[in-house]
Amino acid sequence: MIMKKLFHIFFIFFKIASFTFGGGYAMLPIIKRELVDNLGWVTEKDIYNYYAIGQSTPGIIAVNTATMTGYSLKGFKGAVAATLGFISPSLIIITLIASFFKRFQEIKVFQHAFAAIQIAVVALIIEIVIKMWQKSDKTKFSLLIFIITFIALSFLKISPVYLILFSAGMGIIIQYLRGNLKQAFKNYDSQNKNHNQLEEEMITNKTNPNNYKNKDCDQ
Amino acid sequence: MLYLTLFLEFFKVGLFALGGGLAALPFLQDLIEKYGWITAEELLNMIAISESTPGAIGINTATFIGYNTAGLMGAIIATIGLVFPSLIIISIIAHYFKSFNEHPLVESAFSGIRPAVAALIASAAYELSRGELFYPQNLTFEINNLKFSDLLNYKALLLLIFIFTGIRVFKKHPIFYIIAAALIGILFKF
Repeated sequence: MIMKKLFHIFFIFFKIASFTFGGGYAMLPIIKRELVDNLGWVTEKDIYNYYAIGQSTPGIIAVNTATMTGYSLKGFKGAVAATLGFISPSLIIITLIASFFKRFQEIKVFQHAFAAIQIAVVALIIEIVIKMWQKSDKTKFSLLIFIITFIALSFLKISPVYLILFSAGMGIIIQYLRGNLKQAFKNYDSQNKNHNQLEEEMITNKTNPNNYKNKDCDQ
Repeated sequence: MLYLTLFLEFFKVGLFALGGGLAALPFLQDLIEKYGWITAEELLNMIAISESTPGAIGINTATFIGYNTAGLMGAIIATIGLVFPSLIIISIIAHYFKSFNEHPLVESAFSGIRPAVAALIASAAYELSRGELFYPQNLTFEINNLKFSDLLNYKALLLLIFIFTGIRVFKKHPIFYIIAAALIGILFKF
C-alpha cells in the first residue's frame, strides 16, 4: 500500500521534471497542475511555501521543492521518492546525449555551431547576473560584498566555499549592526505563535478540507 | 577512487551552491581548475545543452560532467551526490522548522549570500569567457607585428555583444539564443 503511493510520487515527479525546462521557477506551474489541480495532494500555498524554503536551503531550488513536497506527502520515504523521480529524466536524457556528444564533436559543423553557442552561454550568464542585481536590495553593503567576493575569487583564488560562508556571516553581522535583527526575531516569534494557534484550531475543528493529515489517514 | 572523489566533490557543490539556477557554476568551474575533468569549452557546451533539455540545469550539468568523467556510473554518482545534502537537510528542516526561510538568521545570512553568489557567477563567466575572447599566448610574440586581432577574438566579441543585445531586447527563452548562435556559428565558421 505504501509502496504504491511511493511509486506514484516517483512517477508524478518524473513527469514534472520532464516538463521543466531551465530554471527552478519553471517547475511551479507544472507542479501546480499535477499536484494541486489534478490530485489535490497539496495546496498552491503549500507549493509556494516549499519553493521559498527551497531557495534558502542548500541544493538546487527545483530539487529542494520536489524534496520538500515529497516529504509533506509521505515523510522521508516520500522525499526520497520525489527526489529520485525528479532527477531520473535528467539522468536518462543527458546520459544519452553525452554518449553521442563526443562523436558529434568531430564533425566540423558541430564545432562551428558550438564555438558560437559557448559565446551565447556567456551572454546568458551575464544577463543572469544583471537580473540578480536588479532583483537585489541594491544597498551599498550588497555592492561591497559583490566586489569583495569577485576580487577574492577572480584574483585571490579563494575557494567559493569560504566565500559563501563569509558572505552568510557578513549578512548576519550587517543586519545586526543595522539593528534589524532584534525586531526580526520579535516578528518571527509572534508569527510562529499565531501559526501554531491556527494549526491547533484546524486539527481540533477539522474544518480545513485541504488538511493533508486527514488524507493520509484514508490509507 | 574516482567514484568517491566524484561523489564527495558533488556533495560539496550540493551543500554550498546556494541561491539556485547557476549558483553551481562557480563550483563547477572550480572543478575544472582542480581536476581537469572537463575544459571550459566543454562546460559551456554542457550548460547550453542543460538549458535546452528537460530537468533542472544544475542536475543536467552534474549528470553530464559525471558521465564525461566516469561513464554511466559517474553520471549517477555525481547526480546523487549533488542532491544528497539537500535530501538530508530538507528532511530535518521540514520536520522541525516549518518557517525556516523566515527565520531572522536565515534571512540575514541570505542578504549577504545573494550578492556573493552574483559575484561568484560573474567571476565564473569571466574565467570561462577568457579563453573564448582573448589570445594571451600571442602576447609573448614580437610587439612589432602584433595586430589588434591577434590579441582579441573580435568575431567572438561581436557575437557576444550581438547576442547580449538580443537577450536584453527580446527576452526570449534561452534555447532561442542557443539555436540562433548555432546557426550564426555555422554560417560564419566560428
